[in-house]
Amino acid sequence: MTINEIQDGIIDDFSYFDDWMDKYEYIIDLGKNLPLIDESEKTDEKLISGCQSRVWLGVEHKEGIVEFKADSDAVITKGIIGLLIQVMSNQPAKDIVESELYFIDKIGLKEHLSPTRSNGLLSMVKQMKMYAVALNLIK
Amino acid sequence: MTTLTAIKKLNIQQIRNDFPILQTEMRGKPLVFLDSAASSQKPKGVIDAISQYYESQHANVHRGVYELSQEATDAFELGRERVRAFINSEFTDEVIFTRGCTESINLVASCFGKKFLNKGDEVIISAMEHHSNIVPWQMICEEKGAILKVIPVNEKGEIIFEEYEKLLSDRTKIVSIVHISNSLGTINPIKAVIELAHERGVPVLVDGAQATLHTKIDVQELDVDFYTFSGHKVYGPTGIGVLYGKRKWLDAMPPYQGGGEMIKTVSFEKTTYNELPFKFEAGTPDISGAIGLGIALKYITDLGLDAIAEHEKELLEYGTKKLLEIDGLRIIGTSENKASVISFLIDGTHPYDIGTILDKMGIAVRTGHHCTQPLMDFYGIPGTVRASFAVYTSIEDIDKLVAGVERAARMLR
Repeated sequence: MTINEIQDGIIDDFSYFDDWMDKYEYIIDLGKNLPLIDESEKTDEKLISGCQSRVWLGVEHKEGIVEFKADSDAVITKGIIGLLIQVMSNQPAKDIVESELYFIDKIGLKEHLSPTRSNGLLSMVKQMKMYAVALNLIK
Repeated sequence: MTTLTAIKKLNIQQIRNDFPILQTEMRGKPLVFLDSAASSQKPKGVIDAISQYYESQHANVHRGVYELSQEATDAFELGRERVRAFINSEFTDEVIFTRGCTESINLVASCFGKKFLNKGDEVIISAMEHHSNIVPWQMICEEKGAILKVIPVNEKGEIIFEEYEKLLSDRTKIVSIVHISNSLGTINPIKAVIELAHERGVPVLVDGAQATLHTKIDVQELDVDFYTFSGHKVYGPTGIGVLYGKRKWLDAMPPYQGGGEMIKTVSFEKTTYNELPFKFEAGTPDISGAIGLGIALKYITDLGLDAIAEHEKELLEYGTKKLLEIDGLRIIGTSENKASVISFLIDGTHPYDIGTILDKMGIAVRTGHHCTQPLMDFYGIPGTVRASFAVYTSIEDIDKLVAGVERAARMLR
């Protein structure tokens, strides 16, 4: 599936939630059930420091396809990371570079990606794009 | 003057009506504001005084020969006099207006440091300082080759006094310590800290950012050399702060910034500086801020600082008891001597997650390291959830917080 197809799928999923409780419970469950990065791999090199929560981002690539792994110590942040990984990972570098992340806004979680929120998420998205840009250039 | 009458009981509902923002909503729910330690809300009197100033009194101060400028100057200087009365300093010119507590500390670190710090000298702070009472000293110490010494804290979040005694030496040039910890609520024994330093002739700066809204400050009784606080934390406007300094120190220190107001005469060969307090107030000051701050201080003085302290003590005791009933909740900062600030963690949850869910319920708390990273490192925690109470905080606010935290914990665990 393309980045936009996945985004549209998430927007559709979220449209069934009636209130913020359901939505956050879903995100929290997503966060709890996603063992994203092994504890031993949570090195300082992969750490993107936010003021409020910490985020780790790892990247691998094979034949132009970029695979991201990320994690956080805060479960809501981790749940949102889960969504971002669904959208951005296992995609061609070129598509990641050109992607427009509209689903976060559409599902009402825009505040989590605000520069003042300092939870590491915005820096993570920037970092993901930087990797993709670099890989795209090498290719 | 002391009176024998019992401390009057405050009518909290009536006080809440004085604060327009408390009648508003957040996330579609009635606002439960429990972040007063970061910045307190403003009573209508303060808001009105600022509007009124801009509507009918505004002109630049200290220079105009016309009536309006004279009125603005009088209003501004009345603000200064109200600060003097509030902290009971001997002289009005010992009250310097700054942009806030941070700037006040920076001013002292920079000007005192320039004059009195030399290579190998030592500055003492504590392990529970806000970054604004760490970094300015680090900067001047680096510049001067001086050394920063840190009084350690115990598990309860209290300074270890014996360690402080050991740190004081002939090399100590100044002690700079927080009155009430913003992240723990601990009230430090500053009177004893000052006395001990003075035995060695060492001056003391007390960072009163969190103290002015909770306790009566008497700089003469404390015999403190510098006392700093922000207007916005004591129901006043943002952008105005206070540096109290004893004349002997302020006179000895070089100016902070150059410009208008702070000069007596200027020529290209030699400039002479103005007298206190203007020597440290370069440029047009925050006139409306000083007026608003004066009204804020009058507001709480009229309510009665003892009555406020009594109310906040009740909130602290009630909040502590209720929060501790929540399974897995642990309070960080357990000194017996505490202001109405409760920092806590819940096993198996991250403060950021708790804060995010409380926000959805219309409850404003602070999460994170509260600009005291070294202290969080000491406890080995990423941060805390902090609920802080002020005069307008009600028992119902605390009940909503407790219910909210319980609900958040259920969702997150």
